[in-house]
Amino acid sequence: MTVVQVDTEVTTGSPPTRERRRRGVPKTVWNLLSVLLGLGVWWGFSLTGFDIPAPPEVAGRGWELIADGTLADDVLASLGRVLAGFVLGVALAVPVGFLMGWYGVARGLLEPWVQFFRTIPPLAIIPLAIVLMGIGETPKVFVIFLASFLACVIATFQGVVNVDKTLINAARVLGARDGTIFTRVVVPASTPFILVGMRVGLGSSWATLVAAELIAAQQGLGYRMQSAQLYYDLPTIFVGLISIGVLGLLMDRLLLLAERRLTNWQERR
Amino acid sequence: MITVSHVHKTFPLKNETFVALGDVSLDVADNEFVTIVGPSGCGKTTLMNILAGLEFPTSGQALVSDSPITGPGPDRGVIFQQYALFPWLTVRKNVEFGLRTAGVPRDERRERAQHFIDLVGLHDFADSLPRTLSGGMKQRCAIARAYAVNPSILLMDEPFGAVDALTRVRLQEQLLQTWSQEKRTVVFITHDVDEAVFLANRVVVMAARPGRIVEIVDVDLPYPRTEELRLSPAFTALRNRVWSAVYHQEPVS
Repeated sequence: MTVVQVDTEVTTGSPPTRERRRRGVPKTVWNLLSVLLGLGVWWGFSLTGFDIPAPPEVAGRGWELIADGTLADDVLASLGRVLAGFVLGVALAVPVGFLMGWYGVARGLLEPWVQFFRTIPPLAIIPLAIVLMGIGETPKVFVIFLASFLACVIATFQGVVNVDKTLINAARVLGARDGTIFTRVVVPASTPFILVGMRVGLGSSWATLVAAELIAAQQGLGYRMQSAQLYYDLPTIFVGLISIGVLGLLMDRLLLLAERRLTNWQERR
Repeated sequence: MITVSHVHKTFPLKNETFVALGDVSLDVADNEFVTIVGPSGCGKTTLMNILAGLEFPTSGQALVSDSPITGPGPDRGVIFQQYALFPWLTVRKNVEFGLRTAGVPRDERRERAQHFIDLVGLHDFADSLPRTLSGGMKQRCAIARAYAVNPSILLMDEPFGAVDALTRVRLQEQLLQTWSQEKRTVVFITHDVDEAVFLANRVVVMAARPGRIVEIVDVDLPYPRTEELRLSPAFTALRNRVWSAVYHQEPVS
């Protein structure tokens, strides 16, 4: 359950709010109001007998975990895994996506595999990964790598396929050969797709993290929550959840910023 | 000089073949301004793609300066109806695109691009992105881009088809002005009879099913062409002649 929650929060956070900015009240005011309201509801639930910790209790635990350095260690461990897997995934997905979009042969050879692995949730690979790669960092990073790769490769491929044929023709009649067309037309034209793919990939990386850390981890947010579960330590679980959500949101915002910068030329509605 | 002789072009459909061009022959002299007008489906865009080297005839020959067209080349500039500007490049960078692929050094590139940007009247927008330009300005940028690589032939596929009527008249006048300053062979495709007559030395009228040339009308009106000319009886007579050739075509049995 936690996994799904984080994923939706990360990937669907921004678009509907953009419209609202144009009308009177600043967007941030609504955002803040929403957060306060959410906290209120949470507090309300904890008071009316639901077996969940109240916000101050979670904040207190959060402070303890920060003070003794556990949270920082866990965040670093998790962030390291997510970033390693995500960077590797994107680094492979972009060239593979380009190959698939540009060369019919590559597409014919690679597409069945990509489509096949896409239908398997990365989490379902975990048992196999443990058997084949042991219980070190490798299987954890691998599963995250797979998740981000699959999300990003399809987006890149779509981006290349969707490049306007007239732009390619325009480059050709201006004397451009295949290499030039690729670097100066196909790459910039598919950048918006790649960046969307990266955002989706980042979302699934976070989604996979917690499960990946079930593989005999010594540190990490997922591990911390897992061990807290054994002691019925709900505040720690909440701290973990919130940390994952906040980190995911921050990274998504960073990518969004990069997207705005790089695809500023697009006509936006 | 362009020579099109007995060009056929067919496309395979599901269970028949579609004849886009059936035996088309046409000669265009150097620095001539030829417009091709006809109903949709008459193969005028196919003909232009063959001249551009983006498609090849099924049979027959298309020659530029007596050598067969084997692909796109810097001797032929193309202007597309959908502008086809690179949206991530500024006006200046768009105009420089062809010069960069040709390996023209930076300073010379700058200078030549600036010359053609000025020529089409976009100097105030040289560093703007295409998304900030109006349709007419985009097309002027496309014209500057095609001119910059210094082609001897300009192929224009309904370039003003997507702009409003007022802008279109301005663009036509501007195009003629540009052409009179920098003479090129122009093949200009349109479905607008007025536009065809106003611009051309010769109007080629095409018909559909199969795509073919039905009539070639010489327009012996003097340049520069002005607004008065547009309203003159001589213009009207030619226009009516082309009109009836386009709109009263006998279907071939």
